[in-house]
Amino acid sequence: MKTAIAFWAILKKDMQNYYLKPPNISWGIVFPISWTLMFILRARGEPVSVADVLPGVMTMSVLFGTTSMLAVTVTFERRSRAFERLLLAPIGLNTLMLAKTAGGVLFGFANCLVPIILGAYWIDLASVHWGMAIPAIALIAVTSTFLGLCIAVSVKEVFEAQTFSNFFRFPMVFLCGLFLPLGDIPALLRPLSYALPVTYGNDLLRHAVLGDGVIPPWISWILLPAFTLALFAFSTYNARRNWIS
Amino acid sequence: MNHYAMEVEDLTKRFGDVVALDGVTFEVATGEIFGFLGPNGAGKTTTINALIGLTQPTSGHLRVLGFDYPADIPNAQARIGVVPDESNLYPELSGLENLRFSAALYGMPAAERDSRALSLLERFSLADVKHRRFGAYSKGMKRKLTIAAALIHQPEILFLDEPTTGIDVGSARQIRALLGALNADGVTIFLTTHYIEEAERLCNRIAFLVAGKIVRIDDTERLLTEAQEGSSVTLALDGHADAAARIIAEAFPHLLISRGNHRTLTVSASGTIRLTPLLRALDEAGIEIFEARVVRSSLEDVFVRITGIEAREMRAANGGNAQ
Repeated sequence: MKTAIAFWAILKKDMQNYYLKPPNISWGIVFPISWTLMFILRARGEPVSVADVLPGVMTMSVLFGTTSMLAVTVTFERRSRAFERLLLAPIGLNTLMLAKTAGGVLFGFANCLVPIILGAYWIDLASVHWGMAIPAIALIAVTSTFLGLCIAVSVKEVFEAQTFSNFFRFPMVFLCGLFLPLGDIPALLRPLSYALPVTYGNDLLRHAVLGDGVIPPWISWILLPAFTLALFAFSTYNARRNWIS
Repeated sequence: MNHYAMEVEDLTKRFGDVVALDGVTFEVATGEIFGFLGPNGAGKTTTINALIGLTQPTSGHLRVLGFDYPADIPNAQARIGVVPDESNLYPELSGLENLRFSAALYGMPAAERDSRALSLLERFSLADVKHRRFGAYSKGMKRKLTIAAALIHQPEILFLDEPTTGIDVGSARQIRALLGALNADGVTIFLTTHYIEEAERLCNRIAFLVAGKIVRIDDTERLLTEAQEGSSVTLALDGHADAAARIIAEAFPHLLISRGNHRTLTVSASGTIRLTPLLRALDEAGIEIFEARVVRSSLEDVFVRITGIEAREMRAANGGNAQ
């Protein structure tokens, strides 16, 4: 019960304090909305349709939203040393990390609603397999959040976290099949595509929205939680090494 | 009940090639105010960080409130409060919200959080500004709220790292009074400071830490008694303090010389200082003495004698203010 109270307090504070911080607004909200509008407006003509780009912009909104949130919630507090208060609370590092990432996951999920709402204006979303889409969005949000956590525990400044995040986020936009089909990615780079969790999440969304995913869904359902566990383990190891040295 | 609130044995901490703590050993009795005194970089903060579980020692044994480290750190952390050297609450939250949040971190139910937060705001004279953002507080108010936040879960030990550094004299006095009252309520206090006067006023026992080593631990009273067995003379000169210091050092090697400005010198000794030969030596060297004032030796003199570090230098290195 005590742990649950602490968990909720951290999550609530992060949502109240950081959702509208400038780096979050620019990278986590404005940027994905701009891309969404750009793609959707562009897609209204031939040869691509709004439905074709929707899974990609959904994935991108989650990816940018979650990684930006973590860069802010962890790095801001490390900088001001407020994070020490959390490390001293009797809740354990794993619970603390889960509480900090929960805000990012919810933020990513909420961000994903933007392209869905905008897309619904142009296309009929009744054919979308929501039973697959919603867990897929959740898994993309969780893996992207933990990717953001890995970055956040490795840097000291907010700008470093955003820059370092871009080092991963932008290549992912092109490598993970968001807008370029996996089959069209040069063979040399394709192994890299399959090493990135976003590839599997986006492919699940393509299955759910368009029915044209190329990776069997069961592989993605197994690999995404595996990526999540690996990224979380790496982050906590790194946090223990960097923060309690 | 443990006789010792904390026991530290042979604590060593290395950061690469740098030895921050070198075989530090001490105990703090339950209910005492223990002072850790030393210049910047002596290892005071590293010691606190090891005791609160934010630094892993390279070697050595630590036990806090009967909990062995590192296995029982979370149990110990639930019963200690920490005031870091910088006020580190959330600037976006109000004073009351910060305290409520701190209480929630320790799993307090909502009703208890509010009553505890309000009573602490009252005790620390911050009730009038409880809805003001922490970021808009003055330095002294920030410090007081940081101490209040550390007390929210009624800890048995309070760790304070340089609690009065950088704040005005009035707030510093108020904080010292609060610490005294907390200790009277049974809270064990571990305090690091580079203000010798602060340690003298507050602490039951003091450890002098220099370059990662404890050079002396003793009761404050005993240290003061020792100080009073010694004597000091402050000389006001015609501006040749360097030359005067050289002459005294050569002629009276048992005296400890401490420079003020270019016109003043203080000489100390563990016994009586014979003034006549001292003044004669300076007079014969053509140095004019305007005033020779015998001063009561203080803990500062003991510190200088033990560590060889000028207290004034220590304050300057730490960017201290008037206390």
